[in-house]
Amino acid sequence: MSFYDEYSSYTEADIDAVLCNTTSDQIIKIIGKERLTRMDFLALLSPAAEEHLEIMAQKAHKLTVQNFGRVILLFTPMYLSDYCSNKCIYCGFNVTNTFTRKKLRLEEVEKEAQNIAASGLKHILILTGEAPKIAGVSYLKDCVQILKKYFTSIAIEVYAMETHEYESLVDAGVESMTMFQETYNAPIYDKLHLAGPKKDYQYRLEAPERACQAGMRSVNIGALLGLNDWRKDGFFTGLHANYLQNKYSDMEISISLPRIRPTMGKCETGIAVNDKCLVQFMVSLRLFMPRVGITLSTRENAKFRNHAIQLGVTKMSAGVNTAVGGHIESQENSGQFEISDDRTVAQMCEDILKLGYQPVFKDWQAI
Amino acid sequence: MMNDQLIIGEKSLHSRLFIGTGKYSTDTLIPEIVKKSGAEVITVALRRIEFNSPTGNVMDHIPSGMQLLPNTSGARNAQEAIRIARLAKAAGCGNWIKIEVISDNKYLLPDGYETIKATEVLAGEGFVVLPYISPDLMVAKKLVEVGAAAIMPLGAPIGSNRGLKTKELLKILIEEISLPVIVDAGIGKPSDACEAMEMGAAACLLNTAIASANQPELMAEAFGMAVAAGRKAYLAGIGRSHQYASASSPLTGFLND
Repeated sequence: MSFYDEYSSYTEADIDAVLCNTTSDQIIKIIGKERLTRMDFLALLSPAAEEHLEIMAQKAHKLTVQNFGRVILLFTPMYLSDYCSNKCIYCGFNVTNTFTRKKLRLEEVEKEAQNIAASGLKHILILTGEAPKIAGVSYLKDCVQILKKYFTSIAIEVYAMETHEYESLVDAGVESMTMFQETYNAPIYDKLHLAGPKKDYQYRLEAPERACQAGMRSVNIGALLGLNDWRKDGFFTGLHANYLQNKYSDMEISISLPRIRPTMGKCETGIAVNDKCLVQFMVSLRLFMPRVGITLSTRENAKFRNHAIQLGVTKMSAGVNTAVGGHIESQENSGQFEISDDRTVAQMCEDILKLGYQPVFKDWQAI
Repeated sequence: MMNDQLIIGEKSLHSRLFIGTGKYSTDTLIPEIVKKSGAEVITVALRRIEFNSPTGNVMDHIPSGMQLLPNTSGARNAQEAIRIARLAKAAGCGNWIKIEVISDNKYLLPDGYETIKATEVLAGEGFVVLPYISPDLMVAKKLVEVGAAAIMPLGAPIGSNRGLKTKELLKILIEEISLPVIVDAGIGKPSDACEAMEMGAAACLLNTAIASANQPELMAEAFGMAVAAGRKAYLAGIGRSHQYASASSPLTGFLND
């Protein structure tokens, strides 16, 4: 049984019924509980919970400080290649977008690594589009050999792979894998991913589990909020994380909460996810899974991110450039998406300290 | 009382409170925490130490003279714990090691079997090994056999601040195990630490209860006092407590009539 079976066991009607029928009294009882069921979590995502957001936030804050302390782990992404064979209508790397594609040569990877490492960061996330013949496992392994000299933790956010491919990357020194399902709603997923290997919903859905089986230390999942009703995608994201944590208990599971940002494709999905919605999702996740990592990227602006530190976030990107080679040359654009927080690592640290938290650069030692 | 020392790995300790370095809003708090708590042993996760960092690292804030207790946080099996311990020693963190093998990220409960394996190897290599375990008598006995320097059973899951939930099992360990039994994890309040010491625990190790307090320095001081008070009470010998009044004998007094 994979998470696909669990996902398939829920009907839209079941979920709608909870979202529509949950009462304010039920929310109060759920907030007071020590352990939440899946249905409790869904109820917290309902409109009825909105009036209890402050008390939920206070509990989320307390649980986060207790489990993680007053610390925020910082990392940055490094875009290695924007070649991509997929046709995802919301993404800047979409195969039909016309721009000069780029893949970093190994000497450029080294220069980028040096520039990023100079900021003090020790955790790096490497990204590519889906083009295995151009930037596949062997290229990634070559990059990892270079990056190991500068970083103590290397994570990948690339296309969905086979277990043996993940194993080979773990052997090379990769310890973490990020994979966004984008939306958990299979029919909507099908409409948004027009062509390319990524069109296979189930293959992507099961990729994080393959990474767990391959011996990664941590897996980070998420939905791109705004592609579907955030309450439903939020629910399945939490369920997916819970499934992985229960089945692979030694894994560090974390969840990203990316909201869709403008890209070259300028896709308008028309489904709003305002700040209040994002906070509701974040604090509900913390109440449901007190030990899950929560990552917030530079898709969010500095003000929102500063507030979110107190609400359950444990990990943030800093000093971000979403363009290939963005740390070694100035780019006009061609990034994967536009960022909203362009603070340097030093500025981020300063702000985090002001909030009474400690910015942490290193939370893993390669062994 | 002056001579009441805890001896671990040939080191004599006056304070029976061991503290941690994690979860603080800034590492600059550590010297004051050490001072107020009176602790002489401090644990630090190797995974967090930024060796060769130009901006310094957590080690810079640990006062000299403290007994370092590096821990293997992040290890999922014996092999990883052993590798982390060796890295810590090579990095100059000394030969004490707290074995923490956790393959359960939901409750953070330790893996007894893997802990025994790691302890055996590292004790054989000359490490002073302090293994963190669930309060399981058979695991503790095995650890004594394979060369542990002390046993560190949990009072409640790490970071839970729930107090001595495993009290009955801790009592058995204290009674049956010849090594120092150090209650590690779960202690939430100074009164929990005091109770553990009154029961005969050799020491307490705690971090979250201090780090998550509104005023960590004040809480550190409170824990230092509580541990010392509990120890004194244990040494003094606590009088028997009675569940029922015994001043008069309303049910059996007639026998003396």
